[in-house]
Amino acid sequence: MAKATRPPLNWLALFKESGVAALIALGLSIVMFGLRTVDQQGGLGVQTRWSWVVFAVVSVFIGRLVLAIYRETRQPPHTPSGTQDSEQNRFAEFVRKISKVVAPLLIIFAIALPFLPFSSRYIIDVATLVLTYIMLGWGLNIVVGLAGLLDLGYVAFYAVGAYSYALLAYYFDFSFWICLPLAGIFAATFGIILGFPVLRLRGDYLAIVTLGFGEIIRVVLINWYTFTGGPDGLSSIPRPSFFGLPFSRRVPEDSETFHTFFGLDYSSMHRIIFLYFLILALALITNFFTLRMRKLPLGRAWEALREDETACRSLGINPTNTKLSAFAIGAGFAGFAGSFFATRQGFISPESFTFIESAVILAIVVLGGMGSQLGVVIASILLIGGTELFRGLEEFRMITFGGLMVAVMVWKPRGLLAHRDPTLRLHAPSHTPESHKSNT
Amino acid sequence: MSNMPNPPATMLSISGVHTYYGNIEALKGIDVEVNHGEIVTLIGANGAGKTTLLMTVCGTPQAARGHITFEGKDITRMPTHEIVTKGIAQSPEGRRIFPGMTVFENIQMGAMSCDPEYFDQDYARVTELFPILKERQNQRAGTLSGGEQQMLAIGRAMMSRPRLLLLDEPSLGLAPLIVKQIFEVIAEINQTDHVTVMLVEQNAYHALKLAHRGYVLVNGKIAMSGPGNELLERPEIRAAYLEGGR
Ligand SMILES: Nc1ncnc2c1ncn2[C@@H]1O[C@H](COP(=O)(O)OP(=O)(O)OP(=O)(O)O)[C@@H](O)[C@H]1O
Ligand SMILES: [Mg+2]
Repeated sequence: MAKATRPPLNWLALFKESGVAALIALGLSIVMFGLRTVDQQGGLGVQTRWSWVVFAVVSVFIGRLVLAIYRETRQPPHTPSGTQDSEQNRFAEFVRKISKVVAPLLIIFAIALPFLPFSSRYIIDVATLVLTYIMLGWGLNIVVGLAGLLDLGYVAFYAVGAYSYALLAYYFDFSFWICLPLAGIFAATFGIILGFPVLRLRGDYLAIVTLGFGEIIRVVLINWYTFTGGPDGLSSIPRPSFFGLPFSRRVPEDSETFHTFFGLDYSSMHRIIFLYFLILALALITNFFTLRMRKLPLGRAWEALREDETACRSLGINPTNTKLSAFAIGAGFAGFAGSFFATRQGFISPESFTFIESAVILAIVVLGGMGSQLGVVIASILLIGGTELFRGLEEFRMITFGGLMVAVMVWKPRGLLAHRDPTLRLHAPSHTPESHKSNT
Repeated sequence: MSNMPNPPATMLSISGVHTYYGNIEALKGIDVEVNHGEIVTLIGANGAGKTTLLMTVCGTPQAARGHITFEGKDITRMPTHEIVTKGIAQSPEGRRIFPGMTVFENIQMGAMSCDPEYFDQDYARVTELFPILKERQNQRAGTLSGGEQQMLAIGRAMMSRPRLLLLDEPSLGLAPLIVKQIFEVIAEINQTDHVTVMLVEQNAYHALKLAHRGYVLVNGKIAMSGPGNELLERPEIRAAYLEGGR
């Protein structure tokens, strides 16, 4: 890159900016860290922790300063939009090449993981959790990344899936393999029910309504005690079977279990590994479905709708139906993931479906780069796997989480792998990627 | 109009149409007819209601009163996405291409509502009319130049095999040479492909020269109408829309 001469840093402005940030940090940290209520004899007392406040203010000041210097020195103040675009094109080209190689490698790695020497029960558990979020991320990616509908209540459909599975199994004794599709269908139906009234709304309004819907579902689950068990949740949810063969140590009379059928010794790992492969398969189905949809007219219409609704309508696309289909399909995948969650945990309660879950899934989609399938994978590994690894840090775990998000947004404001891959490339004789650059 | 398949017959008829934006009455009783095979142009000052009239034909916003019939069918109350599958295509004001998609994907979007069987043939025709689109087919549409974007908008509209093409200010912001090129293509589409065209223009001189007939819209009403070259001769039109503004 050509080094243009830059104006010298305006230190006064930088210090002022950092000072303002530090002041805000001061205001927040006095109440959040500085004052602490403690139980004392005869009631509550207040303890002060001024050293924490000093630490917070100083670190915010320095952090902001470093950030600002980085920003000023890295980017020329006015980037013409043209160069930015060609830079994006080059990045897109790079990402496309990389993902061609990385995606199959990742899949092979994921399949081999349980058989690798270092994989323990803990690692497979974490990997299962990461895969669950990858699946949810891919599902939400259809709604947010492709169709451009900001859904802040996605966890509601996850909850519907989980509860559908648990309740169907409880009341009707259905097996996992019947409940799984039903849970998806129920969740998709809820998507349509919600979508119908709200999809006329745009942007912020849609986000607020979906947020409300997410909370409504949770509150209903808490309060409908006789049906859902309320805050106590539902327990002893049946475990999945290997196409009818249960994973139990005890072999029931005149039937077989997984280990007797295959002539293996009983191991509790069988079920863990089976669950891992189950979610891997579900996630891959979600991925291939999305990739396929993008090539079909409906998938294309989702993307077009995100870009320009008026133009879509004048091209003969029915915006309501198109949005509804994105909403319902996204919800359906959350429903599948939900029933997987229920069968894996064996216990569900409204606790597991709070707004923070929606936020985490959305963060995965946004950090990954809206619409990027590989981005979702990387963001899930970073956010879910990362925070899981940082569990040892206890209360600093959330700070790490937040720090990670800030870092990504500073470094790549449009997400890790933000680019849109054309669904079809044609080869015209006169055309090379280089020939773009002359044109702005 | 010798090359028309049918004898002159009304294709699109707009009668007594009133359109409101809230309380603002943008169209105050419009009567316009477009015959098979014609190019009809609609000229008028900024804010006269030209875009509103084209959009009303497409159903957003819908006419509050009056009737719009296309090929004998009443389309006044139809939703937009149905109207455009009846054989009307629109290149809207400001082009409204999909900037994040490639040129080719934009063109595919145009063919969304019709039989994929015709795609190759139509695509060949569109790239024959606008060779630049083929050259740029893998480029992000948002990075096209203004003129190229306009060609893409027209090309995309043509992909739905329309019998009536609505064009809203195709010459907006383009260099004179490109304007000439675009007007030539419009004439070509009309003559060779037998597509009827309704053209909204600020560039009154070019538009009236090209069109068979023209309407002048003033404040939501039709002030004048007649054959294109006749309107060009009228002193009041010359004064209002042409003098100095060629
Ligand atoms: N969405 C809208 N809401 C409210 N008023 C509108 C809206 N769209 C157009 N108008 C008003 O309707 C009138 C006609 O607008 P229209 O866009 O049809 O004009 P136009 O003839 O196309 O002008 P131009 O040549 O500048 O494109 C204007 O007074 C405009 O302010
Ligand atoms: Mg206009």
